[in-house]
Amino acid sequence: MRDALFRGVRLLDPASGLDRMGELLVRDGRIADLGGGLGVPDGAEVIERDGAVLCPGLVDMRASLGEPGFEYRETIASAAEAAAAGGVTTLACLPDSLPAIDDPALVRLLAARGEEIGSLSILPYGAVTRGCAGETLAELGLLREAGAVAFSDGAHSIGPALLMRQALAYARGFGAMIVQHPEEPTLAAGGAATEGPLATRLGLAGIPAAAEAIQVARDISLSRLTGGAVHFSRISTAEALVLVRRAKEEGTAVTCDTAPPYFDLNETAIGDFRTYAKLSPPLRPESDREAVCAALVDGTIDAIASDHQPRDADDKRLPFAQASPGGAGLATLLAVTLVLVHNGTLPLSRAIGLITAGPAKLLGVSAGRLAAGSAADLCLFHPERAWQVVAGSLPGKAQNTPFDGRALEGRVLGTWKKGRLVFG
Amino acid sequence: MPGSPWREDKAGYNNRLNRGPTKLAYAHRHLLAIEGLEPAEIAQLLDLAESYVLLNRSGQTARDLLRGKTLINLFFEDSTRTRTSFELAGKRLGADVINMSVATSSVNKGETLLDTAATLNAMQCDLLAVRHAQSGAPSLLAQKVGAAVINAGDGMHEHPTQALLDALTIRRRKGRLEGLNVAICGDIAHSRVARSNVHLLTAMGSHVRLIGPPNLLPAGIEELGAAVFHDMKSGLAEADIVMMLRLQRERMTGGEVPSAREFFRFFGLDSEKLAYARPDALVMHPGPMNRGVEIESRVADDPERSVIGEQVEMGVAVRMAVLDTLARGPRRNI
Repeated sequence: MRDALFRGVRLLDPASGLDRMGELLVRDGRIADLGGGLGVPDGAEVIERDGAVLCPGLVDMRASLGEPGFEYRETIASAAEAAAAGGVTTLACLPDSLPAIDDPALVRLLAARGEEIGSLSILPYGAVTRGCAGETLAELGLLREAGAVAFSDGAHSIGPALLMRQALAYARGFGAMIVQHPEEPTLAAGGAATEGPLATRLGLAGIPAAAEAIQVARDISLSRLTGGAVHFSRISTAEALVLVRRAKEEGTAVTCDTAPPYFDLNETAIGDFRTYAKLSPPLRPESDREAVCAALVDGTIDAIASDHQPRDADDKRLPFAQASPGGAGLATLLAVTLVLVHNGTLPLSRAIGLITAGPAKLLGVSAGRLAAGSAADLCLFHPERAWQVVAGSLPGKAQNTPFDGRALEGRVLGTWKKGRLVFG
Repeated sequence: MPGSPWREDKAGYNNRLNRGPTKLAYAHRHLLAIEGLEPAEIAQLLDLAESYVLLNRSGQTARDLLRGKTLINLFFEDSTRTRTSFELAGKRLGADVINMSVATSSVNKGETLLDTAATLNAMQCDLLAVRHAQSGAPSLLAQKVGAAVINAGDGMHEHPTQALLDALTIRRRKGRLEGLNVAICGDIAHSRVARSNVHLLTAMGSHVRLIGPPNLLPAGIEELGAAVFHDMKSGLAEADIVMMLRLQRERMTGGEVPSAREFFRFFGLDSEKLAYARPDALVMHPGPMNRGVEIESRVADDPERSVIGEQVEMGVAVRMAVLDTLARGPRRNI
């Protein structure tokens, strides 16, 4: 592998606060040095792009891969292609596949598949319950030992309070957090959109926003009771964010993330029964979207995850209530996050921190930073270059983007994994 | 009805007949919802329907109007009444009418809605009346078929021809649609009839009140322009029209309504509760009725107050008007 020198780029490392024009040298797959006046080593490739930003490869803390079990939607290889095109070099994948990742061998298999593909580190979540069925605890200790980065039941909310209590307490002993889908299952059952005037007009069964707040409030209490760390995935309502904010102030072991649809879209995107905008949790009214933006600003939200949920056309070409929820998100994670920068909500460094250092810290991994000696997982992007999201021409297999037709600013120019160019 | 501009007027009917098809402003290829229709479009559909009331009463038909056109009634949900009404409407206009119901179609064998659409396209159907348990299913079909699609009831979304026939019934009896107080009572949450009626009646200038227990009223329904009440006495005050909805029996055991007798006690229409409304208030019901659950037989069968039978008659005329209007558009080849 040739050495590579990035020259005349804006080095951006939210983990260390670095944000200046400079140079970065890659040698043997690692960041050898960074700063200025490094000189060009013999045989090194020089990479210079006007106006480009070099940041750590993105860390996506929530994605489904389709494999194993749903290869018609996405495979690990096709997800890796989408991830590379989106600048993502580390990805935590959800365990509610078929079979569920409730066995140590499956954890090892997924991590090994990532190694094999080479462009992406896969950090598997272990299942909280066997088969993600919400009944009995999976072998959390053995899963953790095999490399499970944390525990989750994916799109399934851990319903019974007793089960959640056991999971939080037991996982605490292994130093791992429980990643919860914050939606009270009985209130959410059968719902296809957020309860309110829009769902009423369309005749869709609603899920009240309170379903999120109720689960969040309960799990905050259980976290206090057990000392176990709980992480809420794609928080989307004002009411739940108030609870998380207060719990954090009180020092409870609570963290949360959100996903691009919840700060960039509101429920009107479902328009005339557009199933590509059918997500779980459902898109919310504008007031909730604004609350999510405010929580990104004040730090209540710790990370932005792609929440990549690959779906096939046949999963979506159905009457709205029958269509499968979820949107493809890997290829658009960076550019939709940059919307927050372009509209003045967040400074660039904060925005990039939410998709690099933020999730890396939550997952307890060393990825997501530019430091001499660490793996050269890099993303080079142009923050202003415009492009349009077109379902059907996205990288990877899954085309079910809720952002279809959206014009975005911010394009990945190149992605490097351990010093090797994997996109661009 | 003295003074009513819509009273049966033989000359007017003959004029319409002699002029041939009137040019309509109706500017849509399909009839998927009342929401989004202009008052003028609604009025024109009602005017045309009016002429079909007269035609039907005269015992004549207009079999040359849709000759050579095919109407398929595609019913994924059982409905004898609406399907029959569409069938009769199509036949009176001379269309070839085919009924496809879920029990006899391949949809039960796993065929998707869009496969069904492809099949229908291959059959060169012109008009498609669709009933489906899922909200939005007719609009999904409409994107994929060449035929003009009529929503014959989709999930909890809309039932536009029901709202049109209700409006026609009201307009003929009351002489107008503006400024009336219309109370719709019962299970609003699960009712497509209620939603279509709220859209239509508020668009035409009536005041709609929705009456039911809070858990059977959908969230944010006030934003469609209706007033909400939880007791019949205040809700029915000054009402010109009392429209009862069918209560789905399965909801009475699931916890939404504890029992039929409790529901009837508070929200069922009997003579006593009807007395809260205006003395000339009319009683309507989209059918089929649960006698003794949402409506007492004495009220339902009172010839002075109940126009439930007339609603059925108006249904055929309204569907004739809709078929006639949509058939004038070109068939798209897909």
